[in-house]
This record gives sequence, structure tokens and C-alpha cells, in this order.
Amino acid sequence: MSQPKLMQGNEACALGALAAGVRFFGGYPITPSTEIAEQLAEQLPKVGGTFIQMEDEIASMAVILGASLAGKKVLTATSGPGFSLKQELIGYAAIAEIPCVIANVQRVGPSTGQPTSPAQGDVMQARWGTHGDHPMIALSPWTVRESFDVAVKAVNYAERFRTPVIILLDEVVGHMREKVVLPADNEIEIYSRRQPTKSREEGYQPFTPEADLVPNPADFGTGYRIHVTGLVHDDTGFPSGSPKITEQCIKRLHEKIDCVKDEITHYDEFFMEDAEIAVVTYGGTARTAYAAVEEARAQGKKVGMIRLMTIWPFADKVIKQAAAKCKALLVPEMNYGQLVMEIERAAAGQTKVVSMPKYNTEIFTPNEISGAIDQLLSEVAK
Amino acid sequence: MKQLRLSGSGGQGLITAGIILAEAAIAEGKEAVQSQSYGPEARGGASKAEVIIDDKFIYHPKVVNPGVVLAMTQQAVDKYSADLAEGGLLIIDTDLVPNPPQGKKIISVPITKLSTEKLGRELFANIIALGLLVKITGVVSLDTIKAAVANRVPPHTVDKNMEALLIGYQAI
Repeated sequence: MSQPKLMQGNEACALGALAAGVRFFGGYPITPSTEIAEQLAEQLPKVGGTFIQMEDEIASMAVILGASLAGKKVLTATSGPGFSLKQELIGYAAIAEIPCVIANVQRVGPSTGQPTSPAQGDVMQARWGTHGDHPMIALSPWTVRESFDVAVKAVNYAERFRTPVIILLDEVVGHMREKVVLPADNEIEIYSRRQPTKSREEGYQPFTPEADLVPNPADFGTGYRIHVTGLVHDDTGFPSGSPKITEQCIKRLHEKIDCVKDEITHYDEFFMEDAEIAVVTYGGTARTAYAAVEEARAQGKKVGMIRLMTIWPFADKVIKQAAAKCKALLVPEMNYGQLVMEIERAAAGQTKVVSMPKYNTEIFTPNEISGAIDQLLSEVAK
Repeated sequence: MKQLRLSGSGGQGLITAGIILAEAAIAEGKEAVQSQSYGPEARGGASKAEVIIDDKFIYHPKVVNPGVVLAMTQQAVDKYSADLAEGGLLIIDTDLVPNPPQGKKIISVPITKLSTEKLGRELFANIIALGLLVKITGVVSLDTIKAAVANRVPPHTVDKNMEALLIGYQAI
């Protein structure tokens, strides 16, 4: 363990990525994500890594895909408008199975919106921003320490499942500084992508999936001939127009994530044993929600809280369980109401789901959430 | 829980001052959260840094009712002092806040003028303000804040910054 230190969420995110083995960053600065780039511009050269500021966000996404294909663990960082620009290539990474991590530190949008103010408005963009059918992994930290941990996880998942992974930070966690103790190197679990185990003569095909449905395409420059395409590929990595291959490919892309869904769906439950109502929350908003829920418990009110770290894939199971036993779920979010739609879907009419949106550049206050909790408690008591 | 707000205009160094204060609190074994808010402007525009210090983990990261507000411009007073806690203290830069609000406990110190007159440049105003804040609130010790400042500022400016800190500490 390191000494306690005052650290920013963005800084911890950068250091987490570095600890997980990221050695290539391509980016284009944008508030409130810029500190991730700043930190890596300083740190990467010290460990033989590469930092490159590209001409725009599209090129930053393209350059990390190239570096990843050449064997590097890669990261880019941006905010909403840049995240939109990267979307086409995120889709490319999904179908071509290129490991990569995209940190999106959310701010108020659309467009330039309120560039220095917090929001959680890219929840659905993280899931559906790119086109076509694809799975998505998105993780949203609520503390500075967890920004480090989530970055490590994101890199590991990208490498392990060969898929793009989104770190969905918000300005609150990205910019705040708090006391943090980082783990020692030997406490950090690191996963690196598998390498081919046989030669072409022995029948190696770059995109033949292993038992976990993830293929082992060789990195460029390691002696194998590899073809990468945005078209649907078969086991050789070359395009196929076959309906059967297309169906298999799209299905496998989904199933390689579906089959580990429980393992990668991370969340915390607080005071849920006897909760009459529960607050479902994530990211910076969860901090304020916790303050309100803790206060409510201190007053003997039966309120629980579910804090989602994994936003995508969505934590259906825990929400379904909560919906079965709670009389209502309250969903505060710094947007017009996004993840609440997913919570309603998972609750499937078993309980009342109440959206609590906020989108005026100010974060929730504990009093606002306490007020909503009290109102909901009195409604369910009737 | 201690809630402090340092406000002024972008470029006055108040975010840096907030960071140093939070680092000092951590050095004393406390929990601290520092946050900031500023406009899209690169320089100028109202800016604030907030610091919360407590003995236990701080969940809600923003100041709700500050016990102390430092305001280094009129705009900052107007924008950031309204929610001052009852009995809270407003510290203002005498020359930069021509119209202090009524009905608040105010300490007025010519912070920027002290910087220009005693140190030749106005850029030490943030550290003078920090010295003043520490003296008034006692939120960390003088030794701790000295170490925290020395840790954060460029090495060749340490002496001047120590001087600035003491000017603030002795200003009242």
C-alpha cells in the first residue's frame, strides 16, 4: 500500500490504466477529461510507453486501435462530444475484436452544452452510441480509489474479451480530489490478451474462438499474417457474406460477454435487508445518495441503496430482486432520466420506479434526496 | 465537519490554495475532499474551490453550508457567499470587494495589495489568503500548512511562498 495521498479521480484513472499495463495513449484534450491525458503524457514516457495527441477525437480512437492491433494495451479519454466522434470506430473495435478502453468523463450536453459542469447524460450513448448489434461494457466509479480500480478492470476486460470497454466517469468524480491509498503493484490483478498457441501449419486460424468464445488473433509484427476488417469476419479474419457466418459472428460477439455477465456486473448493496424503499444510483450521484440514505437510517427509516459500478451490461438480477421486495425504487441521475428506463425494464412492473432527474449543472444535495425519500416513504405507507 | 469555500476569479490561484489546504488536512491524518467549479473561460470568470475536512469518509463531495467563505472578487462575493452558514465567516479582499454584503460577519484584509507591496507581485495573493484562512480557522497547524505549501509550489519559489504564508498568518 502506498501512503495516503490527495488525488483527483482523473489522475487515479490514468494511474490505474498505467498499472494495468496501458502503454499507449492517443487522445485529444477536452474538459473535464484532460487531466487523464496530462497525467499519461508525464507518466508514459517514463515506462517506455507512447503518448500521442492526435488532430481530433476520431484520429485518437483510430490510433489506439492501430496500437492495440500491434500488441499494446491502449486507452483514450474524452467527454461527450468527443465520445460521439469516436463512436464509429468503437463499433469497428467491437466487430474486429480489438481490445481498447475509452474513458468518457461526462459533462452537460448535447454539443458544447456546459463544458465544465457535471452530468451523467451519456449512459445510453455508452450503450448504443455506435451502430448495429453489439455488447458493451461500461463501468462507472464513485470514488477516487475506485477510479483506479475501475481503470484496471476496464483494461483487463478489454484484453480478456477483446472488446471496447467504457470507463463512464462523471465530472464530479473525475475532478474531485480526496484522500486515497493506492494498492501495491502485487495487489493488482492484471490480465493480458492471449497469444496464439500454434502455427498456421498446425491449423491456426486467427479468429477461431476458444471455449470462452474469445479468439486469439496474433498481434501485428509477431510473425503471423493477420487480416482485420470492419466487415463480418469468419475464423480466418477475412470478410464473409454468408448469412450463417454473419449470424454466428454477431451471436458470438454477444455471447462472449453474456456468458460472464454475472462475473463482470459489480454493485454494492447498503441497508437492503429490511429496506422498504431503495435508492438505485451510480457515479458521483451515489455519494450524495449515500449521505441521504445514511441520514435516513440514522432516523430509523427503512431505506436501502444499490450502487451500480457496472452500468453495462445492466444489473438486471439485483434490480429484479430489489423490485420484488421493495415498495419503491428511487432513481436520482444527473440527466433527464436515462438509466431509470433500464431499471423500469428490470423491475417489470413489480414495484413503483420513480425517476429523479437533475440537469441544471448542479449536483444533487443530500437534502433534495432526503426530501424525495421522505415523500416516497409516505406514499408507500398509504 | 469543516466546510470551506475559496472563491474569486480564474487565475487567482484559489484552486491551488484549496488543494494545498486539503493536502495539509490529510497530512494531519484527516479525511479531505477538494472540488472546484469554474466557467468555460481560460482565465477570468467566477471560480471556486471547496474543501471539506472531517474525521470520517466524506460522501457528498460539495460544500452545503460553508462555515467560511473567502472571496477575492466582488463577483465571487455575490455568487458564492449567499449560502454561508448561520454565524459563518466571510473573508474578503478589501480592495477587490468594494460592496461587501450586509448582515454577515466579515473579515476584510487587503490580500492582493499585501502581495504586491510586500512581495512585488500579486501572484502570491492565494498563499497569503491561505495563511489568513489557517490563522482564522485553525483547521490545520501552521507547521502542517508550511510543509504542504513547500510540497506543492515550484522549488525556487518556496522561500517567497513561506513569506507569503506568514504575511497572511500575521495579517490579523
